[in-house]
Amino acid sequence: MFPPLPNPTVKPTPAQFGEQDLTRRSASNVAPPARQLTPVAKLIDTSKCIGCKACQAACLEWNDLREKVGFNSGVLDNPLDLTPASLTVMRFSEWINPETQNLEWLIRKDGCMHCADPGCLKACPAPGAIVQYSNGIVDFDHDRCIGCGYCIKGCPFNIPRISQVDHKAYKCTLCSDRVAVGQGPACAKACPTQAIVFGTKEEMKQHAEGRIKDLKSRGFKNAGLYDPPGVGGTHVMYVLHHADKPEIYANLARDPRISPIVELWKGVTKYAGLAAMGGFAAFGFLHYLISGPNKVSEEDEKKAEQLTGSDVS
Amino acid sequence: MTAFDVERGDAIHPGKPVTVDRYTGGARINHWITAISLVLLALSGLALFHPSLFFLTGLFGGGQWTRTIHPWIGVVLFFSFTGLFIRFWRANLWKAEDGTWLARLKDVLTGHEERLPEVGKYNAGQKAVFWGMSLLILILIASGFVIWDQYFAAYSTIDQKRIAVLIHAIAAVTIICVWIVHVYAAIWVRGTISAMTRGRVTGGWAWRHHRKWLRELVGGKERRS
Repeated sequence: MFPPLPNPTVKPTPAQFGEQDLTRRSASNVAPPARQLTPVAKLIDTSKCIGCKACQAACLEWNDLREKVGFNSGVLDNPLDLTPASLTVMRFSEWINPETQNLEWLIRKDGCMHCADPGCLKACPAPGAIVQYSNGIVDFDHDRCIGCGYCIKGCPFNIPRISQVDHKAYKCTLCSDRVAVGQGPACAKACPTQAIVFGTKEEMKQHAEGRIKDLKSRGFKNAGLYDPPGVGGTHVMYVLHHADKPEIYANLARDPRISPIVELWKGVTKYAGLAAMGGFAAFGFLHYLISGPNKVSEEDEKKAEQLTGSDVS
Repeated sequence: MTAFDVERGDAIHPGKPVTVDRYTGGARINHWITAISLVLLALSGLALFHPSLFFLTGLFGGGQWTRTIHPWIGVVLFFSFTGLFIRFWRANLWKAEDGTWLARLKDVLTGHEERLPEVGKYNAGQKAVFWGMSLLILILIASGFVIWDQYFAAYSTIDQKRIAVLIHAIAAVTIICVWIVHVYAAIWVRGTISAMTRGRVTGGWAWRHHRKWLRELVGGKERRS
């Protein structure tokens, strides 16, 4: 068992990281931070999850969000999808293992994965609306968000949601406000089975190793850690009993990466586009300098007068 | 037979110099609504296209307002341009002399107009701008709806939105380049801008740049009298 984070002191403490620790800032360049924070991670062990949704409740509670009363869609997923208020959702999948013919109930807590190479941040056009700290947390700054939805197109996991109330994008913050004062995320705090644990990324990988060993000894020969390299690894990781088949966990991406279309849009199109517009303007300017204006001559006017019969009168 | 290229309202006023009516009041109002919309769309679109141009959102009251207003201006432009299209499409149909004109683009740019064929109300360059704008506006409005998340998010998948946003960006860059050509040509060819402000050009301008159109106008008048 991973030792739970101790209860915090009730004395107010200053935030341990902030603006000075940004490694990336949307639509802007940042100077490399002077210090490197220890990378943190949340580890979600699907094999220990009992589907109680305490994490969902804790998330709403800590972030002071209210989900409107929904309706039963006939499945346990509630709400059915992430929303601007529900930053995390338990996704339940019933899967029949073809080898054992056992029905396996797979429960995955969905939410922002905090990619090392965040697609949302790459796509965002508003300076500073999405930031990444050197501890790996990717956060949205709602004061700067313009609600364009580009982050949705950038995200390889389909996570951000735009609120129809204030037209800003919302997603899990990894409880950056709690982490900044030495606490773990609210969901990890509330989890009764320690299916969600939080610590440094190294600690989480080590803890996962122990879990995977245990699962393998119980016959889950493909148990493994989900830390997808296509997005540079993530700061939310899963222990999966069937790591060879991530898609059985409510379509968890097998090899997520920022879509090449987004890379093209935010890469060469941006620069080639500016160059093309500048090129056309420069051509016009140079052409005018060299050839001068194209003026109508006296002779042209005379010819027109002749043609229209104006010269006769 | 009425000459093919002569549009409603085109007329010659003999005198010294000769003046020729080229655009009706309605066409001019229609043109300037389209023009203002296009400029506002370019400014608000460029603000979200490249971080170095994000400051342009200040013109529209900030990022949220820029994001809100851009698609609505697009709708205005679409309907306004549709008006222009209905007015101008017939005179912009491609003719035999347009190929020759385009092949001699070098003579156009170096000011050797005597080597060019006589053209009607629009030359091949103007026609290319007209059809280019028409096609690009269709692409922009279609791709724009796909990425207008506030009202239409539910009607397409994220993959479709990614393709749409890329197409929208490329088409927008292209239409801005076409716009630069359009504006530059109007400035470079003296006597052109009055066509869209006062609605008239001089006879000499028509003789120099659109001789076939002028001849058609004269011919039409002769037949009428």
